[in-house]
Amino acid sequence: MEKELWKGNEAIAEAAIRAGCDCFFGYPITPQSEVPEYLSLHMPQHGKIFVQAESEVAAINMVYGAAGSGMRAMTSSSSPGVSLKQEGITYLAGAELPAVIVNCMRGGPGLGTIQPAQGDYFQATRGGGNGDYRTVVLAPANIQEAVDFVQEAFDIADQYRNPVLVLADGLIGQMMEPIEWHDVSKRQLPAKDWAATGRKGRDHHNIINSLYIDPNECDDFNSHLAKKYQLIKENEVRWDTKDTEDAELLITAYGTPARIVLTALEQLRAAGIKAGLFRPISLWPFPEKPLHDLAGQSHIKAILDVEMSIDGQMIDDVRLSVEGQKPISYLGHAGGVIPTVEEMVEAGKKALKEAE
Amino acid sequence: MTAKVTFDRDRCKGCELCVSVCPKHIVAIDMESINRKGYHPAGVTDITLCIACASCAKICPDSIITVEKF
Amino acid sequence: MAVVYQKSKGLTDNELHYCPGCNHGIVHKLVAESLEELGLLDDAIGVCPVGCSVFAYNYFSCDMQEAAHGRAPAVATGIKRTHPTQPVFTYQGDGDLASIGAAEIVHAAMRGEKFTTIFINNAIYGMTGGQMAPTTLIGQKATTCPLGRTQEQAGMPIRVSELLSTLDGCVYAERVCVTDVANLNKAKKAIKKAFQLQMEGKGFTFVEVLSTCPTNWGMTPLKSIEWLKENMIPYYPLGVVKDTSAEVK
Repeated sequence: MEKELWKGNEAIAEAAIRAGCDCFFGYPITPQSEVPEYLSLHMPQHGKIFVQAESEVAAINMVYGAAGSGMRAMTSSSSPGVSLKQEGITYLAGAELPAVIVNCMRGGPGLGTIQPAQGDYFQATRGGGNGDYRTVVLAPANIQEAVDFVQEAFDIADQYRNPVLVLADGLIGQMMEPIEWHDVSKRQLPAKDWAATGRKGRDHHNIINSLYIDPNECDDFNSHLAKKYQLIKENEVRWDTKDTEDAELLITAYGTPARIVLTALEQLRAAGIKAGLFRPISLWPFPEKPLHDLAGQSHIKAILDVEMSIDGQMIDDVRLSVEGQKPISYLGHAGGVIPTVEEMVEAGKKALKEAE
Repeated sequence: MTAKVTFDRDRCKGCELCVSVCPKHIVAIDMESINRKGYHPAGVTDITLCIACASCAKICPDSIITVEKF
Repeated sequence: MAVVYQKSKGLTDNELHYCPGCNHGIVHKLVAESLEELGLLDDAIGVCPVGCSVFAYNYFSCDMQEAAHGRAPAVATGIKRTHPTQPVFTYQGDGDLASIGAAEIVHAAMRGEKFTTIFINNAIYGMTGGQMAPTTLIGQKATTCPLGRTQEQAGMPIRVSELLSTLDGCVYAERVCVTDVANLNKAKKAIKKAFQLQMEGKGFTFVEVLSTCPTNWGMTPLKSIEWLKENMIPYYPLGVVKDTSAEVK
């Protein structure tokens, strides 16, 4: 299959079109503005809907309306804009609506910087919105994964009637890489007979809603959601590993830093250190069991978590998964500063030394 | 013309909007009874005077009034 | 035997939870009847707000979506853009539309989104127990202006119909009330016209219904009608505020 050179944001946008996205609602914010820009031109060309909303708040609510009436709807933004969407996301989850949300993370907190970062892991996996809900979170490490995950996200969202977040960063958004537009696995999807499409002869009206004012009803509804999330945990966990079979140092990383870790592994191995990478791809549901089991192997002596975050956020899930079996240390930068290969090698050596 | 006005008395909240709009002044609150909700429901005092204008039915916020005519 | 008036098919059989005399029930009927008479019930999709009418999805028999507070115009945009031939409406109160949702309604009107908004202006926040609304009148008491609203503290109340009428995308805006049958008939005509213009693809249509809130105004339903006539109508004049529908092709 032929490879094509694409800029990340534009590829993400094109992926949505290829996935049959019916409508996109977005707002400009660096470093993802090329997503709405590309779609503002191409969606109408495909007879699909594009609206530049007045804010990220409005955009996520337009997604809600379209999703509630049975359409494949998507929005994209970057960290501060995704903060604005938190209300909309919990409403989507509470109304059991499928939707795809792309976050090209940038430095924070607050206005932060336009450079890439990974400071929204908590927001994505712990839910910045209120209530007991979850979003499926997929973290691409390159543009190929980004386009594959965006396409799959629509099916995952439809299958489970839940919002799906593709957690990228400014690097993926802005850089150019060769990719293939290959077929992405399609799922058997249920009909959207729950959607508010207009009755059109249906014998009952459909209501899209997250209000369950009776406490017992609310409790029951939350139990229903919990069962759904359990099903997602059983079916949608994804991760990748490199050189972990004999590793003494295990590095955990997700997204673009994981690529830099690959180079660090080579250098560490050249220096006589058996290093391996465990890369979570689904951040929720997090690959707890695979990481737990791997950490328990006797050859693993120490774990180093690397993130574009000042103190780490995924590290909490790493700690929860490892359950104290091995010592964990951390390397990270915030503010758009990306950990270097040299820093990773140094930190890796230090982690092993401290474990002795 | 004979008019027939039906009040779903148990759904009436006694708001008196119907009383205020009847041009014949024949709609009144029945102070002698209390409905399931605890309100004094409205009703027609003299149906022979009713002209079936349905003003009461139109203004009733709870749509408890049905007006028919023969 | 002929039925002169019976409950509209556009309403479900559920009992309304509104206070005695609340105008919500009346306006729900007018919307339901308008949709029924225009033959639009089977295709209609409504969006309800957060406020006393949060449960409107239980009262209208068409498909309904509950929106987050103030976001109904954005939700309706998502629906109407993807279902352009179907009637779409939002039903909102003064907190939902004129406070937290101010950006959403202005931009929906700016874009000329082809849905209809029914705006219930009762100059107070009902559901949450009587706080000041953007439309609360000067001197009117509410729980967050217990001594009466003053201009220095809270500014002058907002006239939404006039505000939205400055936008070209808003092709029809009328202010009505349902204090008596004559006004109720005018209100229904306005609502029907708004839906008709929507179906003709003219643009954003808006009907502001001055309404009573007996409970939070601390009056009987009948006294609150008098209060509305004496205090609200002078500040919020009734009538067509804008109608450029004839100029739109």
